[in-house]
Amino acid sequence: MISRLWVDSLAVERGERRLFTDFSLEIASGEAVALTGPNGAGKTSLMRAVAGLLRPAAGEVRFEGPDGPLDAEDARAGGMHLLGHLDGLKTSRTAGEELAFWAAWAGAPPDGVGRAVGRLELESLLDLDVRRLSAGQRRRLSLARLVAAPRPLWLLDEPLAPLDAARRALVGELMAEHLAGGGLILAAVHDPLPVPAREAAIAGAATPVEAVP
Amino acid sequence: MSALASLLRREMALAWGRGGGPLFACAFYAGLATLLPLASSPEPQRLASMATGAAFAALALASLLSLERLFERDFEDGALDLLALGAAPLEMVAAVKCLAQWLATGAPLAALAPLIAVALGADPRLAPLVFVSALAAGLGFSFVGGAGAALALGARRGGVLIAVIVLPLFVPPVVFGAGAIDALASGLDWKPGLVLLLAYCLAAIGLTPFAMAAGVRNALG
Repeated sequence: MISRLWVDSLAVERGERRLFTDFSLEIASGEAVALTGPNGAGKTSLMRAVAGLLRPAAGEVRFEGPDGPLDAEDARAGGMHLLGHLDGLKTSRTAGEELAFWAAWAGAPPDGVGRAVGRLELESLLDLDVRRLSAGQRRRLSLARLVAAPRPLWLLDEPLAPLDAARRALVGELMAEHLAGGGLILAAVHDPLPVPAREAAIAGAATPVEAVP
Repeated sequence: MSALASLLRREMALAWGRGGGPLFACAFYAGLATLLPLASSPEPQRLASMATGAAFAALALASLLSLERLFERDFEDGALDLLALGAAPLEMVAAVKCLAQWLATGAPLAALAPLIAVALGADPRLAPLVFVSALAAGLGFSFVGGAGAALALGARRGGVLIAVIVLPLFVPPVVFGAGAIDALASGLDWKPGLVLLLAYCLAAIGLTPFAMAAGVRNALG
C-alpha cells in the first residue's frame, strides 16, 4: 500500500532529446497533483517513469508505505493504475468482456465490476463492441477499471479530455472519494482538476542530449 | 493466478475472434502442402520419401504466420502497458501469451499435420507419431517465436524480422521431429528424436520468457 511517492531530480530522455531534468515532486496519501506543461514537455513520459515503464536518464522514483520505504517493484505491482491515451481496449470485444478482464487483471474483488458499472453508468454499454463506443464512453470504460479494483496511486493522463460536463463532475466525485480513502493522484492536465490539487509544472524546454553537461 | 487464467482465456478469445487467425494458419499450411507435390514430382514413391519432412517444414512456416501479432497488437493499443502493471511478472505474461498461441494455433496445426503427411504419401501408421511430434514442436515454435516477436517489437517490417530471427532457431525441432518419424518409418528407435524434441521445448519454455520480458520492457521504455 503506497502512502507516499517521491520523484527525485528525475531526468528523462526520448531519443536524442532530453525532455526535462532535475524534476522533483512529492505526493502524500490524500493529495492530488496536477501536472501541467506545454504539449511535448514530457508529462506522459514522467508518468511512465513513475509507473516503471520507462527508465529515467537520471534520478529515481521512491515509494513509502505506512510501515516505511517500499521496494519500487513491489509497490508498482498492484499499487497503481495508469490511465493513458492508449486504453488497451480491444475493439472486437464487448465493453463488458473488456471491463471484466481488466478488472480481474488489476485484482478487483468480486463485487468490484458491479460497483464500477453502477458508478460510471455503463449498464447500457456492456453488450456493445468497444469499436461502437464514443471516445467519452471508452474513457468511462477505462475509468471503471480504477473503481472496480482499488489501488492507491492513480496516474491519469488527461483523464477528462473526452468527457462531457456531467461526467467530468462525476469523475471529480470519484477522485474526491479516492483521496478521502487515502489515495494519491498524479494527473497530467491542461484544464484544472475537479478536486483541490497542487500544481507541478514541467518547463518543457526540450534540449538535445549533447547540450546538457 | 486467476488473473493469468483470465489472460489465457482472453488471448484464446482474441485468437479465435473476428479474423479467425488459426483457420488462416491451417489454410496456409494446407496450401503450402498442396504446392509441394506440384513443385517437385508427382511420382508417389519420391513424394512419399519426403512426405513427413515436407509436412514438418511446412508446419514451421505456418507457425510463423500469426507470431507477428503476438505482442505487436497489445503494444500498439497500450494493453502491454497495463499488462506490465499487473501483479503478475512480465515473464509470466509472456509465457501465458505463448501458451495461448500454442493452444489456439499450434494445436489445430498439429491436428492437421498427420492428415497432410498421409496425403503426401506417408505410411498411415506414422500418423500418431506425426501428431505428437507436431504438437511438441508447435510448443517450441510458440515460445521461440514469441522471443523473436518480442525482440522485433516496434521495429518497422517486424514480421520479416521475426522470420529472419526465428527460422534458424526452428531448425532443431524440425530435425528432431522429422528425424523421429523417419526412424519409425525405417524401423529404428524413434524415442531419442522425440525426447530431444521435448528437451528443446522444455529449454524454450524455461529460457525464452526472460528474453521476451526483456524485449517487451525495452520496447515500452
